[in-house]
Amino acid sequence: MIRYFLKRLAGAIPTLMVIVTLTFFLVRVAPGGPFDQEQTLPPEIMANLQSAYGLDQPVWVQYARYLRALAHGDFGPSFKYKDFTVTELIGQGLPVTLELGTIALGLALGLGIPIGTFAALHHNSAADYAAMSLAVLGLAIPSFVVLPFLGLYFGIHLHWLPVAGWEPGSIRDLVLPVIALTLPPLAYIARLTRGSMLEVLSSHFIRTAIAKGLPLHAVILRHALRPALMPVAGFLAPAVASIMTGSLVVESIAGLPGVGRYLVQGALNRDYTLVMGMVIIYSTALIGMGLIVDLLYAWLDPRIRYRG
Amino acid sequence: MSGIWRGAGRRLFAHSGAVIALCIIAALVAMALIGPWFSSNRIDTLDWAHVAAVPGMAHAHWFGTDRLGRDLYVRTLAGARVSLAVGVVASAVSLSVGLCYGAVAGYVGGRTDLLMMRLIEILGGLPLIFFIIFLTVIFGRSELLLFLAIGAVGWLTMARIVRGQTLSIRRQEYIEAAIASGAGTARILCVHVLPNVIGAVIVYATLTVPQIILFESFLSFLGLGIQEPHASLGTLIAEGAGEMEAAPWILLVPGIFLALLLLCLNIFGDGLRDAFDAKEH
Repeated sequence: MIRYFLKRLAGAIPTLMVIVTLTFFLVRVAPGGPFDQEQTLPPEIMANLQSAYGLDQPVWVQYARYLRALAHGDFGPSFKYKDFTVTELIGQGLPVTLELGTIALGLALGLGIPIGTFAALHHNSAADYAAMSLAVLGLAIPSFVVLPFLGLYFGIHLHWLPVAGWEPGSIRDLVLPVIALTLPPLAYIARLTRGSMLEVLSSHFIRTAIAKGLPLHAVILRHALRPALMPVAGFLAPAVASIMTGSLVVESIAGLPGVGRYLVQGALNRDYTLVMGMVIIYSTALIGMGLIVDLLYAWLDPRIRYRG
Repeated sequence: MSGIWRGAGRRLFAHSGAVIALCIIAALVAMALIGPWFSSNRIDTLDWAHVAAVPGMAHAHWFGTDRLGRDLYVRTLAGARVSLAVGVVASAVSLSVGLCYGAVAGYVGGRTDLLMMRLIEILGGLPLIFFIIFLTVIFGRSELLLFLAIGAVGWLTMARIVRGQTLSIRRQEYIEAAIASGAGTARILCVHVLPNVIGAVIVYATLTVPQIILFESFLSFLGLGIQEPHASLGTLIAEGAGEMEAAPWILLVPGIFLALLLLCLNIFGDGLRDAFDAKEH
């Protein structure tokens, strides 16, 4: 098991390196630079700025320097937010994004799996149809439409919850963004669970378990759930990706001070180091989730452990 | 062959949800294509007498106007036209790339297949969505690039599906017969393999269109897609979200249009998949 994990981990590092390298050169071949402004700076000042940030060096030297700093856990200074390092900027925003994302993922799993199982157990009943219709709805309508609609109804019409804004520690501010962020992965997980649960329930070992008189909940929990969760585990990495991209817009609509704004703003400002930092954070999260999925697979299906 | 299609068609039309969805899609597409002609307003006409007008029959703007007095009905339909065009063109890009790639990988097989699939695996592991955000930010906001970039994301899954189908077709006797009668690889691919994978491809393509429309709206919502004075549903929703306290209809009109379109496309795609999926029947 540990060997299997280490093998996967070793595979993840080159992927991360490819991403870092690609992004590094992509942002640098782009026209424009971080110090472009409305009025052009005098050439001496520009040259000073460039050399202060090491931009006067050949791009290979910059790359080597960046990698060396990165190896020491240093993302470098932000080019646009003067006096801030990228580590500080991301450090301020990440807890908010992380809180939002973990709650959304937790809810999507915690509600999606039971709903899907319930729908499968009551196959072709009214409850099944209702759940799956809602799932299509949740899947089809993007969070940047859901969130303003929710805000319109619960915020402006009913005055129950704030439409936007953020106070540290306030749960009320998070309710609508979390709902908007949760719905798409929740819907997908419910559908996946229903589909695979239907397949598992029709297999021989389940029929045997029922035939020998086990109560239904024991059959589901002890026998059916594990194999039925395989596709759900496979969806975890895409779910994290969808929550991360969703949080880009949700944070901007709800005015939450997360890290989402830094990705687009950083790219627009040619804030090289900030963009790099964001890409590294997001890719690490994604790749990390991929590793967790591999482990989950191995836990859910023992055959993988022996093959790997 | 034709039997499969007839059966699928019959099952599709037995699925009332999919038929209703198809009718609504047809109506929405027709509205987007010809609707703007029936209005005297254009997308960039400013009506200063009716700024942020409430929807109603009292004036010429039944669906209201935005902050600049532009007619929301016309803007929404024009935006829908852009969103639909992006959806169809980008799906076509991802479809053709995925089709060729998957068919070659599946048919040639061996080491080539291994390499080609390895590449897909690596690309699939990259956070492509962020690269597209970069590409659109960095290399200007050309619409051609937008089409290509969005299309580039969809082809991975398509290639996988086509490869899987091709693998099973390759072992069929008619392929052997074609090889025996001296047909070249290119000819076998075009004449024998591609027509037989097209069913799965069409099903997946109908599910790709809503994904791509959603993605385009997402980019436009972030201000990275379609630029003023043109509009896509995403830019209109972004505009409306900023005004929703004072003028909620600026959000509601394009928002409901997009939600309805995506919903129906998804329901139709699901119905089509069920109709072609023989396992369920």
